[in-house]
Amino acid sequence: MFRNQYDTDVTTWSPAGRLFQVEYAMEAMKQGSAAIGLRSKTHVVLGCVNKANSELSSHQKKIFKVDDHIGLAIAGLTADGRVLSRYMRNECINYNFTYESPLPVGRLVVQLADKAQVCTQRSWKRPYGVGLLVAGLDESGAHLYYNCPSGNYFEYQAFAIGSRSQAAKTYLERRFENFTDSSRDDLVKDAITAIRETLQGETLKSSICTIAVVGVGEPFHILDQGTVQQIIDTFEIAAEQEGPAAEPDAATGRDTAAEQGTAADQGGSTDEGVAPMDI
Amino acid sequence: MNFMASKQPENSLLGPEADSQRTLYPYVTGTSVVALKYKDGILMAADMGGSYGSTLRYKNVERMKAIGKHSLLGASGEISDFQEILRYLDDLILYDNMWDDGNSLGPKEVHNYLTRVMYNRRNKFNPLWNSLVLGGIKNGQKYLGTVSMIGVNFEDDHVATGFGNHLARPILRQEWHENLSFEDGVKLLEKCMRVLLYRDRSAINKLQIAKITEEGMTISQPYSLKTYWEFSAFENPTQGAVGSW
Repeated sequence: MFRNQYDTDVTTWSPAGRLFQVEYAMEAMKQGSAAIGLRSKTHVVLGCVNKANSELSSHQKKIFKVDDHIGLAIAGLTADGRVLSRYMRNECINYNFTYESPLPVGRLVVQLADKAQVCTQRSWKRPYGVGLLVAGLDESGAHLYYNCPSGNYFEYQAFAIGSRSQAAKTYLERRFENFTDSSRDDLVKDAITAIRETLQGETLKSSICTIAVVGVGEPFHILDQGTVQQIIDTFEIAAEQEGPAAEPDAATGRDTAAEQGTAADQGGSTDEGVAPMDI
Repeated sequence: MNFMASKQPENSLLGPEADSQRTLYPYVTGTSVVALKYKDGILMAADMGGSYGSTLRYKNVERMKAIGKHSLLGASGEISDFQEILRYLDDLILYDNMWDDGNSLGPKEVHNYLTRVMYNRRNKFNPLWNSLVLGGIKNGQKYLGTVSMIGVNFEDDHVATGFGNHLARPILRQEWHENLSFEDGVKLLEKCMRVLLYRDRSAINKLQIAKITEEGMTISQPYSLKTYWEFSAFENPTQGAVGSW
């Protein structure tokens, strides 16, 4: 995208009918680290790649619980994401107080989208620079929505946002038809695998990814590091044992499995020492 | 809810001139409502009387109304306040329908909404002078609750308002059980309404019974109960009573 004379404020249309400020806001979202989401009929899993400013700092919080039945993952300006998640928590609490019933995620997502739209039509505001993957339950089952800075929202079976999300999207596109009937554990495994795709060869360990689950009978919660690491370890073992007949990326899996195996073990023990702020 | 633009120079609602702005006593009132859960949903009964003090002035007042697809509301107390509540609920259901998604407000949500409304009005010393019964069924779950004019709310298998609490609830406590059939439910309600007819001076012998099930709400045509006044205790009722001669 090039700088031009129509991109100074959000209330100026370009001759081609585009609002450049909104599009630039979407760019900001693409710079953030990856977040993915996938759902079955009864469960939704969110996953994200954690970035930290330096080895000394804690990881950026990208997954937020909004209510027992709703949670979200963000990509982009995390400050904007935090503010929006506070708004969502407020809406859920108010609805629950008045109706003693959980706010249907479909309605929350529309309210969120309307809030984002306002920022695309006021000259003294700027669009939110964050994309949200909202996972939640309502009367009609489990849902995954994607809210973007433009004020649009879409429902997805599986989606990925942020940098290098295309790799995850490709993986999800191959597999999404099976998700509806997947078990909860398979869904989590698929989420972790999708995250691995975005890492492009970087070692996958539980300290750099966060997984959260919500489902029928299971309130939204973030899986703890130990659990996630265990699941990652089972992949590595499976990849080693299955050999060339398995998934296409098993070959790379096998080569690097040995190093990943040891790195994961080391990573596991040192991380347990480090971490009060992780996730 | 109560957006009154008071032009009074009153800083408190409790001064003498501000009294014209808030409800102090009811004028046209309905008497008891009785309701119970049965096999397929909820049954509710109320007579069609609107009393003006001690005068049984209006005899065609429908005190039970359907709310949305899943709920049924019955009210006793000030009839005009009941009509106001129906307007609030109309708006509520309208906005709920306008979302046009797969979600809808069920009886539990409506009950809690009403509790909030009643309690907030009570806190402003301007109550809606009603006792409400809210029943319904959604996705197989039966729900029956009540809210009073001061915001007291609870759910139960059978509820009543006003005199119904004193005369009908004891009967229901003895004779109600799970999975009543429709006929048994109606018989039980009629038994309660008959006692109320004999003993509550504001009851009239013209009642309706409403039922709500997954299929929807139906309300019977008004009808009257058979009564028997030839009990020997009703002849010369004061003979031998303390203080009589």
